[in-house]
Parts: sequence; C-alpha cells; structure tokens
Amino acid sequence: MNPRPMSSKPTTKKASREGSASGEEASKARWDEVSVSTLVPKMRTEGLRAYFGQAEVLKGITLPIAEKQVTAVIGPSGCGKSTFVRCLNRMHEVVPGARATGQVLLDTQDIYHSEVDPVRVRRRVGMVFQKPNPFPTMSIRDNVLAGLRLNGERPDDPDAVVEKMLHRVALWDEVKDILGRAGTGLSGGQQQRLCIARSLALEPEVLLMDEPCSALDPIATARVEELIHELRKAYTIVIVTHNMQQAARVANFTAFFYLGKLIEHDRTDVIFTRPKEQRTEDYITGRFG
Amino acid sequence: MGSLFNQYTRRKLTDVLVRSACVAAAVVALVPLVSVLYYVTVRGIGGINLDFFTELPKPVGEAGGGMANAIVGTLKLVFLACVFGIPPGVLAGVYLAEFGHARFGKMVRFSADVMSGVPSITVGIFVYALVVLSTKQFSALAGGIALAILMLPTVTRTTEELLKLVPESLREAALGLGLPKWRATLRVMLRTAAPGIATGVMLAVARVAGETAPLLFTAFNNRFWSSGLNEPTASLPVNIYTYAVSPYEEWHRQAWAAALVLLLMVLLLNVSARLLVRSRVGAR
Repeated sequence: MNPRPMSSKPTTKKASREGSASGEEASKARWDEVSVSTLVPKMRTEGLRAYFGQAEVLKGITLPIAEKQVTAVIGPSGCGKSTFVRCLNRMHEVVPGARATGQVLLDTQDIYHSEVDPVRVRRRVGMVFQKPNPFPTMSIRDNVLAGLRLNGERPDDPDAVVEKMLHRVALWDEVKDILGRAGTGLSGGQQQRLCIARSLALEPEVLLMDEPCSALDPIATARVEELIHELRKAYTIVIVTHNMQQAARVANFTAFFYLGKLIEHDRTDVIFTRPKEQRTEDYITGRFG
Repeated sequence: MGSLFNQYTRRKLTDVLVRSACVAAAVVALVPLVSVLYYVTVRGIGGINLDFFTELPKPVGEAGGGMANAIVGTLKLVFLACVFGIPPGVLAGVYLAEFGHARFGKMVRFSADVMSGVPSITVGIFVYALVVLSTKQFSALAGGIALAILMLPTVTRTTEELLKLVPESLREAALGLGLPKWRATLRVMLRTAAPGIATGVMLAVARVAGETAPLLFTAFNNRFWSSGLNEPTASLPVNIYTYAVSPYEEWHRQAWAAALVLLLMVLLLNVSARLLVRSRVGAR
C-alpha cells in the first residue's frame, strides 16, 4: 500500500523525452494510480497566508509537495506563485513589511515555528532565482563554494566539491578550464546553471526555482529543463513558471494558483488533459491570464 | 523640398553654435584649474630640494631649512582622521543602506547631509571646545578628530549610495544560501561595493588633507618635531598659511613649495583612487 510515486513521470505529453522505452507501460500503469491524496509529501503548507503590509497575497494555501518529484506552480501574473515559493524557505519575510501566517511543514517540522531559525531553513530548502545572480566579485569556482565558505565552512577537498557540483549541473565541460574567471562572464544560461550548482553545494533537500528560465533563450531553457529532469532523482523541486509548456515538460505535479488561492493541484497530465475546475481549463487553454 | 533643405541648414547651424558654446564653457572651467596647477608648480618648484623634506624650519633670517615636521604632521593628522572617521562612517553608511528606512535612519541621513555643509572652521571651534579645552593643549589628536568629523558625512553617504547600487538580487542570493543577514551584508554587499567605497573614502581623505581652518586651533602648529599625539603638530596647510602671511621672502618661497607638495599629495590620492576603480573594471 505504498502510494509513493516512483521517479517515473507522467507520460502523456512527455513520452518523447523519456530515455528508455522499456518498462514504459509498467511505469505508466503505476503512475496512473498515483493521486495527490496519496502521495508522500516532503513539504506541506497548511492554511498558508502571506501579506505585503495590509495586502493579502496568499489566501490560505494548503498544498502537499511530493518528495523527489517536480511540482510546478502556474497561474497568471500576480496570483501569488512567487510569494508561495518564497514562503517555503522563509525568503518572503526578507522584504520589508512582508509576513506570513499558517504552517509550512518540512518533513514534520513547522518552519514558521517561533523557535525555528530561518537561516537553517534556507540551507535545507535552496533557491534559484529568476535572474541568474552569481556573485560578481567571485570566480566560477568561488561561486560554487560561496554557500559553504560564506557560512564559515571549510570543505576538506574544495576542488572535488566544485567538480562534483559543476558535473551535476552539466557545466563542468564548459568551464573546467576557466574556473578562475569571473562567474558574471558566462552566458545567461551558464550563469543560471552556475547558480543552481551554488545552491546544490549546500546539499539542500528541496530546491525552489522561481521562473528559472524566464531570462534565458530557448536553448539555455532546454538545458535547464534537462537538468531539472536529472535533479529530481535526488531533490524535491518546486518550480514557478509562466510557461505552461514548461510545466507540462518538467513537472510531475502541477498546482494552479489564481488570485492568491490554490484552484487545483493534481498530476500534471491530469491538470493538462482533464482538469476538474473550469478556471484551470480556461487558463491552460489560454482563455484568460 | 526647398523648405526642408532650409530647416536642415538652420539646424546644422544651431548645432555648431551650441556645441561651440559648450566647448567654450569647458575651456573657461579649465582655466582656473590649469592656472592654479601651473602657478603653484612654477612658484613652488624653486623651493623644493632635499632639505625641504628632511630638515626642520630654520629660525627667521637663516636661509635653508625645510618642512619635514609639517609633512610628517600632515600624514599623521590624515592617518588619525582615517582611524576616527572611516570606521564610523562606513558603519553608519551600512546602517543607512540596510536598516535606514525607519524614522531614525531618515534623521541620520538628514544630519549627515547637514553636516557636510557645516563650514570647516565651525568644526574647528567645536573640537577646540570639546577636546582642546578639556585636555588643555593643542594636539594632533584634536586635529585628527576635527578632520574625521569633516570626513564623516562624505564617507557615510558614499557608503550608503554605493551599497544601494549593489543589485538586490545579490542579497537574495546570499540569504537564499542560508547566510545570516550580517554575513550577507558584510561578505556580499559590502564586498561587492568595496572598490567604490574605497574610492569615495580616498576622495574624502584627499579633501580633508588640504583643510586649514579646522587645524588652526586644534593641531595648531609647531616649529619642531612633535612626538606622540598630545603635542601641537605642524601641518602643511597651516604652514602655508603662516608662511604666506609672514613678511619674509624666504618664507614665501617655502610656502609655495609646501603648496606644491600638498597639491601633489592630494593629486596622488585622487589618481590612486581612480586607478582603483579602473582595476576593478578591468577585472571584469
């Protein structure tokens, strides 16, 4: 009775991206039995409300986030998608006047409990931002190590860490000979992968990605999406995206937000082929938003 | 067709006129600057020799002598000003940039702006009352404090402005990596803004290095070496003043030489500040 979905993915629209065809039928059968009500959550929000000053931008979100799966958050601009992911590692409150109420469970612990240190939360729940933001004063190598070093840690073998992380984001071959150069000298897509490597160097359990491809060209976007496919074997990923095709391509689960409310959350294939809510259908078919 | 052509000719004419006016204005602005440089160099170069840098002033009537004590004194005063002025200035700038949204921050910012307009002689009197009267002597310490007070607003506002120029996305990146706010501020924000802040600080130092008024009754002057920080201390600007208003020809010559040395010191500071910026750009 273990309902936990395997690391297979919904097959409907993405079959062409699947590497091997063998076992496809079996995993598809298993996937079809998976539903949001039975998945094992790595994180879970309970009645999460977020505010900027007096304005309530999240109006009670209850959403489980499946472990080692990709959950996409979609919705029109201003629906609270970004605020939602920023609440998942307490980055929301960094903005002056911003606050949140409700619960966000990481495993079984409420990260909004008054005694929880937000700094510790952010080390377990990493974040990648919309615009690539490598540190301009640091080399490529030092950018990868930044999270460790700036936190006062001295890895035993920093070179090994750098190589491992850059391999993990498929950037090693492109930069192995220029590790000493400034990270800001790379192309946008390379910079974004460098930033992902920087986050991964802290070995987070969850990786939040806030529109990670919106500043990238289609080729760089494809590389990052491939990377997400790889990363979900080891990490729980939440990705905010404006691009519904991207959600369909990379996510196992999709949550549709509208005006600060969670309208629908289901397997991506269900959301895109037979949504239960009229508003979801209207949005994904491009009738509004 | 004809009218189009006419308008074009007229516009070209206007362009030439306005551009010439701009060039003329630039030349006019350069004239005083270049003539100061030229005049000080011509008048000062004759008084410059090894003795000027190594000897103490000779008594009136005797030829020769130098201003070694004043050169060292100026360096000492500037060093003290840096020690007293830079750390609080930079920290206040960090405060304004990172936490200065509240009413207190606005107050600090306003005071800094007002302070940067306070006449330097006023700062001199203030330090005289505060330090010289309470310690009952003129001293390098008092002079350094006066110069530091003059530097403070510039350093504070420069630091604030340059920290604000650091993209917010870098702060988010740092916080997202689980850095506490103080580490993010220190290791990422301040580090990224550091070359610019260093430039601003050096310009502020160059500015106060030539101040005379606040030193007249704080560091005062000294014909001899001053040991330590608790004695009246000679400085180039005050020496220039003293020597220039004296009736002795030999002293006038030395005042010009001192002016040239001071000018070169300030120039050196300015140039190195600019080189610092360039090396930063070159690293990209």
